[in-house]
Amino acid sequence: MVENKLSAEAVHKTIKAAFESFECKDNNTVDVRDISTIIYSLGCFPTQADIHNFIAEVEEDQTGFVHIDKFLPTMTTVLLENKYPPIPEDRVLQAFEVLDREKKGYLESEELTKYLTQEGEVFSPSEMDEMLLAFADPEKNHIYYQDFIHQLTIDPDK
Amino acid sequence: MGCGVTKSDQFHKHTGKAIRAAVLIQRWYRQYVARTEMRRRYTWHIFQSIEYSGEQAQIKLYNFLGYLMDNFTPASTERNLISHIFRENEVCLDAEWERYFCYKNIEVPEIYSGPHLTFPLTVDQAVGLVEAFRNKKQLHSRYVLQLLLETWKRFRLLPNINRIATCQSKEVCICGDLHGQLEDLLLIFYKNGMPSSENPYLFNGDFVDRGKDSIEILIILFAFLLVYPGDVFLNRGNHEDHIVNLRYGFTKEVLTKYKMYGKRILKLLQKIFSWLPLATVIDQKVVVLHGGISDSTDLNLLARVDRHNYVSALRPPKRKTTSNSIRSVDSDLEEDFWASNRLIQRRSSLTYPKTFGSRDSFHNRSLQDFSDRIKVDPADELEMCRRKTTPFSPGVNRSKKESTPPGSTDSVSSDPTKDEWRQILDLLWSDPMTTDGCVPNEVRGGGCYWGPDVTEEFLNRHNLQLLIRSHECKQEGYEFCHNRKVLTLFSASNYYDVGSNRGAYVKLGPDLVPYVVQYQASSMTRELTVRQSVGRTERSALKVLREQLFSHKSDLVCAFKQYDTENTGLVSVNDWASAVESVMFLGLPWRMLRSQLVTCKLNDGMIDYNEWFNELAIKGPNTDHIDQSLLETLYRHRATLETIFRIVDTDNSGFITIEDFRQTWKLLSVYLKMEITDEAISDLAVTIDSNHDGSIDIDEFMEAFRLTDKKSRLERGRSMFMGTATDLTKLEGDPNI
Repeated sequence: MVENKLSAEAVHKTIKAAFESFECKDNNTVDVRDISTIIYSLGCFPTQADIHNFIAEVEEDQTGFVHIDKFLPTMTTVLLENKYPPIPEDRVLQAFEVLDREKKGYLESEELTKYLTQEGEVFSPSEMDEMLLAFADPEKNHIYYQDFIHQLTIDPDK
Repeated sequence: MGCGVTKSDQFHKHTGKAIRAAVLIQRWYRQYVARTEMRRRYTWHIFQSIEYSGEQAQIKLYNFLGYLMDNFTPASTERNLISHIFRENEVCLDAEWERYFCYKNIEVPEIYSGPHLTFPLTVDQAVGLVEAFRNKKQLHSRYVLQLLLETWKRFRLLPNINRIATCQSKEVCICGDLHGQLEDLLLIFYKNGMPSSENPYLFNGDFVDRGKDSIEILIILFAFLLVYPGDVFLNRGNHEDHIVNLRYGFTKEVLTKYKMYGKRILKLLQKIFSWLPLATVIDQKVVVLHGGISDSTDLNLLARVDRHNYVSALRPPKRKTTSNSIRSVDSDLEEDFWASNRLIQRRSSLTYPKTFGSRDSFHNRSLQDFSDRIKVDPADELEMCRRKTTPFSPGVNRSKKESTPPGSTDSVSSDPTKDEWRQILDLLWSDPMTTDGCVPNEVRGGGCYWGPDVTEEFLNRHNLQLLIRSHECKQEGYEFCHNRKVLTLFSASNYYDVGSNRGAYVKLGPDLVPYVVQYQASSMTRELTVRQSVGRTERSALKVLREQLFSHKSDLVCAFKQYDTENTGLVSVNDWASAVESVMFLGLPWRMLRSQLVTCKLNDGMIDYNEWFNELAIKGPNTDHIDQSLLETLYRHRATLETIFRIVDTDNSGFITIEDFRQTWKLLSVYLKMEITDEAISDLAVTIDSNHDGSIDIDEFMEAFRLTDKKSRLERGRSMFMGTATDLTKLEGDPNI
């Protein structure tokens, strides 16, 4: 996570480091499809709409690439203004509780799939499969969401 | 649609809230996935950086040894230590070969439970070999030698460039690097069937090194090639090279598995590797080769070379010369040269300027680093001066058409054999890049980086439409680049570590549209979730990285002190990152990695670097009295050290004498340009030779200094690469491991 009150220089360095991980060998551009990953990995939680707007601002005229020169200033603003703030754990917990009508403490894979692939900013089938494969109890087909949240918020970057 | 009226009622009642909840979860989860992806990327980057810098180190070492060979008199000790690896095959005539590699007097004992082979081989026998190896059997050396002889005879008939035609419905299956990972080959056969006349295969090099079953893979591939000569094709990779094999595990694997005849097997393989075809063209439209191309790659030229002259792609070709010739000869070191007691000088190596010049100078660049350090006999020095006619001029044109520039009789590029050599080197070692152009591949130390414009021009010139190559590990097992005109194919899954990557193969039919199939060998472990596999790989990568950092302690401390002008022992995170990169040159995102590499707490945002080194310190038994910087050197150059040991161990016994050990150290200290006193070396030697019998067990030595993990003795190839030492921060009690 990026600490607040960093100098612009430090922010630039962080952004560049993230950018470089996706760079195609030294030409200072990344594939536009990696932009959302880069933004997320910098500790931001944009919505899909946010991402689309961001890309519209930085993409090089439909080449499918984004150059560091455009990415850096836009991203710096995002970080310094905390535009896509993180979602605290308890809000995620509440979200799961909303979906868990019966307060079972878990959601069935089927239910969760229905919500996440049909509502909101829908998951693709492969995104859904991956989540279930990684986190659902394979025998009961449940996701115990409290555990789930806990596992995912052990932040290795801290 | 819904399963119950009740459920869907409830759903609709709270739709607004539910949607918001779903959005939150989706957003939050995606962020997690992205962070994981980032970690996977830099983990990958760590392994790859270290892998390539290891390759570079090997080339440098090799060049250094070659330089020594050229510049020491025949009688010197140092030369004797290493001369045998430079000896070309002494036997040349077929009759002599058959005699030398005769398997006929090797008896197969009754108790041998592995497969028996009779020649000519049949399909059943080839399939039988696969089964036997799946069941962990080993093929007897008699049969190995027999198989290799037959293989060699067949290879000699093959052209430099294989030509395949996919007629009617035959699809050819193309596989990339296997690197001794038998499991992956078995998986490919399982998914795609064994080779046959209806099921042709092409294997694109790097069958050996790193994995633990390289010889078994070779046996299988050769067996099927013999049984289906028109349907199984092999290309040479950069690891089909005995020099590379010394470092990356194949040599050791063979010598371990075949204690009696290992050396003979390796010698025969040396020859066979040099006879492997260099490339394959399918339907005259698709070219398949191991590494890549350069802006001067010419398939017509390559089709004409005597490929078997290039036993190792790392050596310029051998050429003979008369004693009066001004043009000095290359380092071909047959016995008779030494008998006449002449000094042979590698061309131009002493006179190369230090600047990073054109590609010509690149390959020899590391040599001139040592010229001021090698102790040379004064008489020889005089001889060398006399032989030096004109200084070599840098920046020589790469083009092979260039005529000799005036005043330079030693011009490199006007020599056709040297040009051929470079073409082969490029073919086996190059990597693609995204920008246009063609530049030396300094990361690996051989070949070049080539851009999309070079691909375009090359394909057009040869009337081709696609280039398939391997050589680079890819997370998905394959990757297209250069507008989908280049396809990288890698068939060793879990290459860096369990879960690191998939393997892939390609099916190519008459439509010449590549159809990719991915897989991942999973018997190494149960199926890991995304998160688990990233975590695991990441931990390995970080361990390797910490070892690298520790072994550069002195340089790092120097670098830190430059930022820490007031000697507080502290540096800021930014300065820490800059300093580390300036020493390590791995191009890694150090700031991102910092929290994983520096676990001691930050002192007000500053890092206490002395405390950090304590954290990283490697401890071993009885090493307290050994000079710390010596230990550090040992650690940093352990792969090189082990390679030199293996070279020095001429009878492949696994033991070297104390005297040889001392000589090894001397070699290493010259190579590293370090002063290591005789006393320090003696201390070290005595510590290691714990039973005082005058000889040192190489494996024990490497383990004693935590240079390798004991349990990975059998997986030497991998451990040499990974440098898997046990937990660096723990001190193990037992000195007699």
